Amino acid sequence: MSNFNSADIAAFKDVWVFCEQREGKLMPTDFELISKGRDLANELGVNVCGLLLGGKGIESAAKELGGYGADKVYVCEDEKLAVYNTDAYAKVICDVIEELKPEAFLIGATNIGRDLAPRCAARLHTGLCADCTHLDIDVANYIQFLRESSTLDVDGQKWDMEDRNLKMTRPAFGGHLMATIICPRFRPCMATVRPGVMKKNAFDQAKADACVIEKPAFTLSDADIHTEVTEVVKAAKKLVDLIGADFIVSVGRGISKDVEGGIKLAEELAAELGGVVGGSRATIDSGWLSADHQVGQTGKTVHPKVYIALGISGAIQHKAGMQDSECIIAVNKNDTAPIFEIADYGICGDLFKVTPMLTEAIRAAKAAK
Amino acid sequence: MKIIVCVKQVPDTSGKVAVNPDGTLNRASMQTITNPDDMNAVEAALKMKDATGCKVIVVTMGPPPAAGMLRELMAMGADEGVLVSAREFGGSDTYATSQILAAAIDTIGVEKDDIVMCGRQAIDGDTAQVGPQIAEKLGLPQVTYAADIQKDGSTVTVKRMLEDGYMTIKAQTPCLLTCIKELNNPRYMSIGGIYATYNKPLETFDYEKLKDHRLIDATTIGLKGSPTNIFKSFTPPQKGAGMMLEGADKATCEQLAGILAKKHII
Ligand SMILES: Cc1cc2nc3c(=O)[nH]c(=O)nc-3n(C[C@H](O)[C@H](O)[C@H](O)COP(=O)(O)OP(=O)(O)OC[C@H]3O[C@@H](n4cnc5c(N)ncnc54)[C@H](O)[C@@H]3O)c2cc1C
Ligand SMILES: Cc1cc2nc3c(=O)[nH]c(=O)nc-3n(C[C@H](O)[C@H](O)[C@H](O)COP(=O)(O)OP(=O)(O)OC[C@H]3O[C@@H](n4cnc5c(N)ncnc54)[C@H](O)[C@@H]3O)c2cc1C
Repeated sequence: MSNFNSADIAAFKDVWVFCEQREGKLMPTDFELISKGRDLANELGVNVCGLLLGGKGIESAAKELGGYGADKVYVCEDEKLAVYNTDAYAKVICDVIEELKPEAFLIGATNIGRDLAPRCAARLHTGLCADCTHLDIDVANYIQFLRESSTLDVDGQKWDMEDRNLKMTRPAFGGHLMATIICPRFRPCMATVRPGVMKKNAFDQAKADACVIEKPAFTLSDADIHTEVTEVVKAAKKLVDLIGADFIVSVGRGISKDVEGGIKLAEELAAELGGVVGGSRATIDSGWLSADHQVGQTGKTVHPKVYIALGISGAIQHKAGMQDSECIIAVNKNDTAPIFEIADYGICGDLFKVTPMLTEAIRAAKAAK
Repeated sequence: MKIIVCVKQVPDTSGKVAVNPDGTLNRASMQTITNPDDMNAVEAALKMKDATGCKVIVVTMGPPPAAGMLRELMAMGADEGVLVSAREFGGSDTYATSQILAAAIDTIGVEKDDIVMCGRQAIDGDTAQVGPQIAEKLGLPQVTYAADIQKDGSTVTVKRMLEDGYMTIKAQTPCLLTCIKELNNPRYMSIGGIYATYNKPLETFDYEKLKDHRLIDATTIGLKGSPTNIFKSFTPPQKGAGMMLEGADKATCEQLAGILAKKHII
């Protein structure tokens, strides 16, 4: 049998969070993961530590992580780490992990995290759970979670209440199935965590001031790096990318009494959600929106996290393009409109009145988070 | 020069997905398709073949019926197929899967000019981990989320998507790329291709064939060798019939926003 360092699980301690930065700025997921890591570390009775890689001077961003719960931040500075590069990051992270041995390692499931984490897990010979939406150590907490979020018969099962494995729950099969993954034999136990899911703690300046910064030794040379990033381009004006959008606010003929006003309300709601505006064919045929906005059988098929239909009746050809959305919200003044048959949440009312109130309520709910 | 494309046969999760009472998927009720991102990877490889005449080899790990998918891909234009199939490989997590696929790819042989391509993510396991893990096991540089690929001699230039833009990354061959749907529109099988496919080589790599490879260790493949295990699986609470929110006023909107926040949707 092969011998792996990672199999000596008693030697591993502390919960670590990879703190991603872009252009020297920490990502919002870093704070979410430090906050969640704090809870897990408390359950385990260990420290939660950030791991921050970047160019010279990145250390100055580290203390802020303490404000969300990090006891310590390990900082690795090198000009070769200023912009994300798989080889450079994987080399430094794996070296530091083999030296300092954390028992759990969380990484934001961003486009960068999902490039980096599997590479590191394969090198460290350990397990990696993808795109988690829930994490537990304590079995009692996990059982409570199952009670709320599953139809499993938790009372009919035997539980080892002493189990200290990290239980990592994630959606698979396009969200049709949830799986809880464990990694019992190797450390660190790794997970990428879906951005926006974990709740971030309130910032505490005193904790930020108390946060310890440590700079572990590492080596990194040009010979370790086999790819070259020649440019990083920020998207200019967003094209109407209905297919890639997580949030779509679509309008239908219901906006006819004030077309411009209706579209503006939809745009404001979409902007608040970070999404885009779409439309039924009626709005395209009337020339109110350009053809790239059309959702439906002869338009685009979309699967956003949330699809909001404003003044759309829900014709079969429209449904064909949006019924697999994860969550459908419909606003229509006619309570028998077929769109309500497939809506998760329906509001029967005038879209011109409801939409601005909904935008405001969402803004307030996000601010309260 | 050749391109090795990893393709996975998956249940079509875009339509209705049937779940057994015990929380497992009723796979028999679902159609199988070639994983969508893998179709983009195959198309990218075929485009390079069109331009350079290079060879395209499609590789899959799965049960024997997955050979049918390889035949279809050869009817699209791939030159050879390799089916990696053995009971010992079953139940592998991404670590073990990558190790086995890396051993298979290494057995085919990766030379100076070659590229290995994967889809970014399979729509069943949904992890997006296998590509980078194969790259690590083969010691190849990787570029993921490829939305555009240009090859000039041994330099590959890739447009690599980020949430808020993209990076341009240069890598030297041999390297591994993971492909996304923005890359291209996959072609269809041609009549000539369908005729030709049955004359193309399709080899099966079983446990015997791979067992002596340095990456194949009985303790690190299959269900037993996988670092991760599925502890529990369950269906998320069923989508109810939907909920009409009473009233169309401020309180209604606040109620809805509250639900979305609680479900972490916003
Ligand atoms: C072959 C074919 C292909 C097609 N492809 C597509 C396609 O790809 N996509 C598509 O969308 N359609 C498609 N259609 C057209 C489809 O059949 C419908 O005609 C179209 O979807 C209707 O658009 P609508 O819901 O905006 O308009 P309507 O059906 O006119 O509905 C307007 C809705 O707005 C509501 N309303 C009115 N005023 C208000 C208000 N102030 N506040 C709230 N609600 C209000 C009304 O109660 C009504 O339900 C296709 C049709 C055919 C035959
Ligand atoms: C519910 C559930 C949850 C799971 N969660 C995890 C988890 O968190 N961590 C984990 O390590 N494993 C997990 N697994 C196991 C994992 O799904 C399998 O190892 C699977 O074989 C590969 O992962 P994937 O489908 O996610 O592929 P991905 O990594 O998403 O696939 C990316 C690309 O790799 C290539 N590829 C993948 N599989 C094959 C193949 N068999 N043949 C050829 N090419 C292939 C394709 O090009 C594909 O597009 C889970 C399995 C289930 C059923």
